[in-house]
Amino acid sequence: MSRVAVLAGGRSPEREVSLRSGHRVSAALESRSHDATLIDPAEAPLVETLAAGAFDVCAIALHGKDGEDGTVQRVLETLHMPYTGTGPFACQISFDKVLAKETLRARGIPTPPWAVVQASALRDLSAGAILSAVVERVGLPAVVKPARAGSAMGLGFVEREGDLPAAVMGALSFSDAAVVESKVEGTEVAAAIAGAPPEVLPLVEIVPKSGVYDYASRYTSGATEYFAPARLDQEVATDAANVAAQAFSALGLRDIARADLIVDSGGHASVLEVNVSPGMTETSLVPMAAAAAGMELPDVWDRLVQLALDRARGPEGKTTY
Amino acid sequence: MAEFSVDPYVELYARRTAGMSASEVRALFAVAARPEVVSLAGGMPYVQALPQEDVLSVVQEVLRTRQAESLQYGGGQGYPELRARLADLMAEEGAGADPESIIVTGGAQQALDLIGKVFIDPGDEIVVEAPSYVGALSAFSAYEPRYVSIAMDDDGMIVEELEEALVHGARPKFVYTVPNFNNPAGVTLSLSRREHLVSICREAGIPIVEDNPYGMLRFEGDRLPCLRQLDPENVIYLGTLSKVFSPGVRIGWVSAEPGVAQRLVQIKEAADLCTSSFMQLVSERYLAGDRWRANLATLVDAYRNRRDAMLTALDAHFPAEASWTTPAGGFYVWATLPVYLDATSMLAAAVDRRVAYVPGTAFYADGRGRDRMRLAFCYPTESDIEEGVRRLGTLLADEEALYRSLNP
Repeated sequence: MSRVAVLAGGRSPEREVSLRSGHRVSAALESRSHDATLIDPAEAPLVETLAAGAFDVCAIALHGKDGEDGTVQRVLETLHMPYTGTGPFACQISFDKVLAKETLRARGIPTPPWAVVQASALRDLSAGAILSAVVERVGLPAVVKPARAGSAMGLGFVEREGDLPAAVMGALSFSDAAVVESKVEGTEVAAAIAGAPPEVLPLVEIVPKSGVYDYASRYTSGATEYFAPARLDQEVATDAANVAAQAFSALGLRDIARADLIVDSGGHASVLEVNVSPGMTETSLVPMAAAAAGMELPDVWDRLVQLALDRARGPEGKTTY
Repeated sequence: MAEFSVDPYVELYARRTAGMSASEVRALFAVAARPEVVSLAGGMPYVQALPQEDVLSVVQEVLRTRQAESLQYGGGQGYPELRARLADLMAEEGAGADPESIIVTGGAQQALDLIGKVFIDPGDEIVVEAPSYVGALSAFSAYEPRYVSIAMDDDGMIVEELEEALVHGARPKFVYTVPNFNNPAGVTLSLSRREHLVSICREAGIPIVEDNPYGMLRFEGDRLPCLRQLDPENVIYLGTLSKVFSPGVRIGWVSAEPGVAQRLVQIKEAADLCTSSFMQLVSERYLAGDRWRANLATLVDAYRNRRDAMLTALDAHFPAEASWTTPAGGFYVWATLPVYLDATSMLAAAVDRRVAYVPGTAFYADGRGRDRMRLAFCYPTESDIEEGVRRLGTLLADEEALYRSLNP
């Protein structure tokens, strides 16, 4: 039994989702006899609150900016506070879709073709005319995403070139760069990876009723159907799981993460994005994957807390990627 | 293989829930409610200005003199003493009413819901303003109407457009309007349009639902007659104590002709039996004597100063291509951005810069309003208003630069 600070809330646009994740993580830990306290860094100063609580370990349920981009991880490293999940540098790379996709490509891991439009290039270099080159490179239809945001916020789907500027501006509302990615038709699946050594849990197939897995499809109960394991041929599923495991390793992730994949009609999987602090809400994918593997959320979080504590006690001390 | 059902009852929900979904805007408002964000979003009255002693004394008086009654169920129509006070308030606005015509409701919001329930069958047409109060659209939408949206200008609803719609066969169950200091548009329906509106509606036999939460918050100029005053028979009048006293007491009312009133009472009783007895009695005591007038005058002064601060800040910080309304009362300025900007998609960047507003699309039944934003001046201090508008102005300049680059 440990004293666990569950970090959730924060000031990112995913504050609400994070608070829901945090409450579920707290309940899961309490049910395994841990002494869990939910801490919202937007409500209480983090360093002082952690010091006052004499916690053994932090469970990170913050989503988005500050929670997944290495910020909170770096604070905890400095404090020598053990925490669940990936270290700061790997978080920083993974949360940034531009850096993550570059890393995947460098390691030969499939990810759909993309181009980047940075706000500073538009504002300071007057490079807006780049859009036609972007379309040439990526093709249409395309998906436009903020480089650094989660929960599908700021997502835009572009069929016609004329709709691209508005979609880019929408994505840039959330981030300083927009990733324009080829829209691959196929089966959307999520691969949750947990433990050390990492194990890929059964794939979760995502079938949004509206046809697009956007914010509303993610967080409106009943708006999306999920199948776990995914309804894929065994061989295709194994291949997709391998792609996820490779991405996990290439990006230096640990403990828990989720890779979102698209499996095209030929059965080839490519990585859309990875999440180092995946959602734990009622409609979230990792809890479904765990359930399909015969685990409950308390099992998962008990294990994550143990991994964090072991890492702190280990001979290498505070190894980070 | 298992199908994960995150909601086992999803096939069982009524059709009216179909439009109720999670949204990014809602998620962003969770961050916008943080104290470090200057919120020009919510229309929260400045209740801090109410002297504590005035509230404490009426609460104590109710408990001392009428405790048992205040803790008991009451009649569905509401306490007669309170209804008499509400009739007096209507008289102050020129629309004297018989207390028997009044039904006390859980805020005027409940009255909107009850009116929807009484009048709207799925597919029925109703007329709303474009833009319209978002809470009215939410209340009515549960009854699945088809909206006939009538545009507004600086003189309120363009009644000629309504007339045109009627000529072209629109057969609405009622016309909903906020004629004074409209939420969100801030504009006030002109006298000639008021006369025109009541006349065409009377002729067509279409009742008007006049929602008047802000009428007593006039900063300057002369009061215009209520629609109810111009046509005492064909206008269903909605009032509220939310702005005169407190939104926390949840006291509103509807005053209507006997046929409508009878149905509203029955439907109100089916919904919640009665409005809180305690809050009704507290509100009745608050409205006794003259203290409410002095307190309201203080509030109106504060709102006027805040309106002025907002208009000054808009002049200083908003781009030349933007325009906005100049409300003579109420809570809101309605801004129109350069047409190529999108207030909905810009909200995340605004919250990141610690300022919030309500994107215009919320106030339209038909998806319009992407280039509009509602700016509330009722709650933040004058210096916060200046700072919030300054932050928004910087954002708009940056968005404009992005747009220019993308569309050379």
